[in-house]
Amino acid sequence: MSLRHILTVFFKQGKDIMRNRTILIQFVLFPVLAAIMEYSVKPEELPEHFFIYMFAAMYFVMAPLTGMSAVIAEEKEKNTLRVLLMADVTPAEYLAGTGGCIFLAGMAGSCMFAVCGGFSGGKLAWFLLMMAAGTAVSLVAGAAIGVWSRNQTSAASLSVPVMMVFSFLPMLSMFNEAVGRAAKYAYSQQIYRLMAEGSSAAKGETGIVLAGNFLAVFLIFRYVCGRQQRGSKKSANR
Amino acid sequence: MVNAIELREITHYFDGKMVLDHISLNVGKGEILGLLGPSGAGKTTLIRILTGQLAQTSGTAYLSGIETGKHAGKTRRNAGGASGRAGAPLTGMMTDDCGLYERFSAYENLHLFARIYNVPRSRIEEILRAVGLWEARNTAVSKLSKGMRQRLSFARAVLAGPQILFLDEPSCGLDPQTAAEIHGLIRQQKQAGVTVFLTTHNMQEATKLCDHTALLNGGVIVEYGPPEEICRRYHHQKKLLLRLSGGENVVLPHTKEAAETVADYLRREQIDTIHSTEPDLETVFMELTGRRIDQ
Ligand SMILES: Nc1ncnc2c1ncn2[C@@H]1O[C@H](COP(=O)(O)OP(=O)(O)OP(=O)(O)O)[C@@H](O)[C@H]1O
Ligand SMILES: [Mg+2]
Repeated sequence: MSLRHILTVFFKQGKDIMRNRTILIQFVLFPVLAAIMEYSVKPEELPEHFFIYMFAAMYFVMAPLTGMSAVIAEEKEKNTLRVLLMADVTPAEYLAGTGGCIFLAGMAGSCMFAVCGGFSGGKLAWFLLMMAAGTAVSLVAGAAIGVWSRNQTSAASLSVPVMMVFSFLPMLSMFNEAVGRAAKYAYSQQIYRLMAEGSSAAKGETGIVLAGNFLAVFLIFRYVCGRQQRGSKKSANR
Repeated sequence: MVNAIELREITHYFDGKMVLDHISLNVGKGEILGLLGPSGAGKTTLIRILTGQLAQTSGTAYLSGIETGKHAGKTRRNAGGASGRAGAPLTGMMTDDCGLYERFSAYENLHLFARIYNVPRSRIEEILRAVGLWEARNTAVSKLSKGMRQRLSFARAVLAGPQILFLDEPSCGLDPQTAAEIHGLIRQQKQAGVTVFLTTHNMQEATKLCDHTALLNGGVIVEYGPPEEICRRYHHQKKLLLRLSGGENVVLPHTKEAAETVADYLRREQIDTIHSTEPDLETVFMELTGRRIDQ
């Protein structure tokens, strides 16, 4: 592992994302929507910061997942990844640099949510911690999709259904009990609850669900990487 | 002396279909080898194997005496020698599809790789000037013309001073003048002691540029040698073609009687031009495979 390689990839991705509107908008749109709703709609019967938490949950699922998968898939499609790997950047260095950059972008957006909510002190730390945990799971899922896909189209068709399910679960589970029972096994639902209700909402199952979700996406990611490596040895992929 | 590139019985299958069939080939240090062949002959596949992007089904390949694939890092790095900096990559490559970052400028594309290779910034300016892109350095790649992209891709390939350069169709789709510019750049590399392995479907390019050419068809090397020598080898029907001032063509065999005839015409000042009918690579290829190379 070369730190120079990781940092080079990190800064390259940062610069590239700043110029890539389709990805950039994901990181800006949700915090802006949350701000608008938080300040303009103040329904009496909804809990405090309802829109912040709602959009934050969608955000930590969607932005890192689409960001990561789109960046990797684009580099595969345009053959730039091939050139990087030829220049002795290892796949691990590439993923570390890219993942680090998307993670940081994700946390920058999280800070915007925190500002909208006027969080401070322990509440702020807790909120950011939860966002970091959610972002990490989505990031690995996005990496798996990106590595799996040959091009941006196939990455999008894979990531859209996945993020729909996870990002809408928290909202849907409020309206439907059956959905709620299934949703509690999803990391997005657990983190949403922890965010909205605070650390006291943590139950025994919470940790298990979170660890289980992370392990699951990580294993999928490992499997996809292994398949990719075997594939390039055997030939098939271009 | 160790060959820069050595292939022994390289064979490759894609989904059960043989694409390369026991290819053996040597390229000496500082030589330009042209791999010629029609579309689908397996040129890119061979380059991908040599640059470690693809593992061959069987056979071995050596770059500067080091087996490819086995010690990935080693075959790509220089111990520091004649032409290369220590730690510089052993090989540089220009792919047929460029693989440039579209949203980055020409300069930014090279800067990225300069950081990866740990090459000083001054080298970026040097190489951008050499390929004639210094004026356009701040233009985004998406706004560059095809020839400019090819030159940028070439610049990236030579940025870190590799000893072996792989060029996949370096002048494909370029007008003659831009192609000639690229040829000039390739010759400069040769003068600097770099070994060049290039693919092309362009016969003239191969004849003008390469020390050796290998004709690849259906995964087999059907002919190999210096281009003029290949042409001479297939010079079965030795004939002279005279073009007379009247516009008439006369074909003569290489015989004593013909010499008289030619002398006659010369005395009468009737000859416009005299041509030998030795075949060009195009004709040789046609004779060997029964198909045209650009088909
Ligand atoms: N990834 C792949 N999977 C399956 N078959 C492939 C793959 N890549 C190439 N081929 C096949 O291998 C053969 C050789 O392809 P290759 O790209 O090496 O040809 P080429 O000589 O470079 O052609 P061109 O001049 O068009 O670039 C072709 O028949 C092609 O269809
Ligand atoms: Mg090709």
